[in-house]
Amino acid sequence: MSEAVMTKQAIEVKNLNLYYGEKQALKEISMDVDENTVTALIGPSGCGKSTFLRTLNRMNDLIPGVRIEGEIQLHGENIYSKNIDVEVLRKRVGMVFQAPNPFPKSIYDNVAYGPRIHGIKSKKVLDEIVEKSLRGAALWDEVKDRLKDRATGLSGGQQQRLCIARALAVEPEIVLMDEPTSALDPISTSKIEELVQELKKKYTIVIVTHNMQQAARISDKTAFFLNGELIEYDDTKTLFSNPKNQKTEDYITGRFG
Amino acid sequence: MSTDEAVIRQASKNRVSANHQDWAKKERTVRVLYRRFKNKLAHGVFLLATLVGVAVLAVLITDIVQTGWKWLSADFFNNFASRLPERSGIKAAFWGSLWMLGVTAPLTFILGVATALYMEEYAPKNGFTRFIQLNISNLAGVPSIVFGILGLTLFVRGMALGKSVLAGSLTMTLLILPVVIVAAREAIAGVPNSLRQASYAMGATKWQTIQKVVLPYSMPGILTGTILALSRAVGETAPLIMVGAVTFIAFTPGYVLDPFTVMPIQIYRWISEPQTAFHELAAAGIIVLLAMLLTMNALAVFLRNKFQRRDG
Repeated sequence: MSEAVMTKQAIEVKNLNLYYGEKQALKEISMDVDENTVTALIGPSGCGKSTFLRTLNRMNDLIPGVRIEGEIQLHGENIYSKNIDVEVLRKRVGMVFQAPNPFPKSIYDNVAYGPRIHGIKSKKVLDEIVEKSLRGAALWDEVKDRLKDRATGLSGGQQQRLCIARALAVEPEIVLMDEPTSALDPISTSKIEELVQELKKKYTIVIVTHNMQQAARISDKTAFFLNGELIEYDDTKTLFSNPKNQKTEDYITGRFG
Repeated sequence: MSTDEAVIRQASKNRVSANHQDWAKKERTVRVLYRRFKNKLAHGVFLLATLVGVAVLAVLITDIVQTGWKWLSADFFNNFASRLPERSGIKAAFWGSLWMLGVTAPLTFILGVATALYMEEYAPKNGFTRFIQLNISNLAGVPSIVFGILGLTLFVRGMALGKSVLAGSLTMTLLILPVVIVAAREAIAGVPNSLRQASYAMGATKWQTIQKVVLPYSMPGILTGTILALSRAVGETAPLIMVGAVTFIAFTPGYVLDPFTVMPIQIYRWISEPQTAFHELAAAGIIVLLAMLLTMNALAVFLRNKFQRRDG
């Protein structure tokens, strides 16, 4: 069997349409996301890449007037079917946001938030999860002596890694990242980028980015969105070196967007 | 830069500085002096306005303390109202006010926060919700006597609670509820949406998000609003006169259905007496009432600072 066949699909999207009221924001999107890869979503502002990302853990449900057609399968299970529990889905598909958004609680309580809402009470178990998650987000060594300090006192880059640790604490299968470095300085950005490479060994990562160099640096596959349509989706190398669509080429060579 | 350009630049610089000299001369004119005078005048007017308020308050407090201080004793707190000034005290009114606070505070807090949470977190953002919000804000401006009439009809007569602590407290709850709801709504709306999103994204339910993120974050604002509204309730007189808290009381309430009176009403009754000694008792009562209000406001400030330091 060839290697390509061996790759398992974590997410399969079929004919996805999304409407904000009358306005259609996503048009007939179909794409598969491979397990243990980094998939980058690129495109100009308002192209629907963030909206698409948020369909994967149903965060769009929180916005009134959003209507969705089509299917998204997570390991073969349609996440928009009626018997899906949204809370369980979001536990499986974690998310990191554009600006770091730690809770105004201690570092420890931030990471323990997820496990606690899912019913873990034992201090010993929580301690283990907190350490494991902070190690996973490459933050443990920096904060291990001040876990009781307020998370809002950390630097921006540390806060964002804390948010990643917080997302990892509920042991998701997939981690969605919505422009996670757009509010960070270059050094913090490179730390997060290294971390993403580390994370893909255990998790499937889907990352929205404004920065095409970043997409080229860190992703295995890249999807280019424009006006709510998926224009091109391919291996990152192929997409950047040899795009098949003229629009993709125009965008990555900086002719618009 | 070519020579031509340099010459042109130098010329234009000279022109500018010549203009500047003209301008500086004109500066020292009557118009400028007048402008400076107006500037100082504005400063003076605003200082005076501030001083008027401070001075009036200072006079008021000095006068009251001078008049009432000598009546402030253990007896004053241990005696009930009497027709003899030396045997009169504020016990019934003091405990009546505390009883009313004790019933009103939890009721307004629970109802107010629950309403605010529903409107901010659950209710669909449509015309109907906005209509309700507008009406609640308007209710905050309705004269208190109107609430008194409502309380008389609804609680004293309608629910047959009589002239009781409960009837008075429920009336006060209605009176300050709109203020508490508005304050709580503002505090809840001030919780950054990114925090709610973070919570939802980890699989929290709406109630978990409210319990663990929204309420802790908005609690200082909610508490401050509630305490300030309660201090308004402690000073209210009109609605309680309507629901019958004016009766001559010679005992402290022991149960929510007992009759009661409150401090502002006791003060009003003393003022209405002809003898000077009763007026001095009124002053003593005012000192106690003021002390109570200041304590509550201080508590509000303390709670806000305490929570803010924790959240900062």
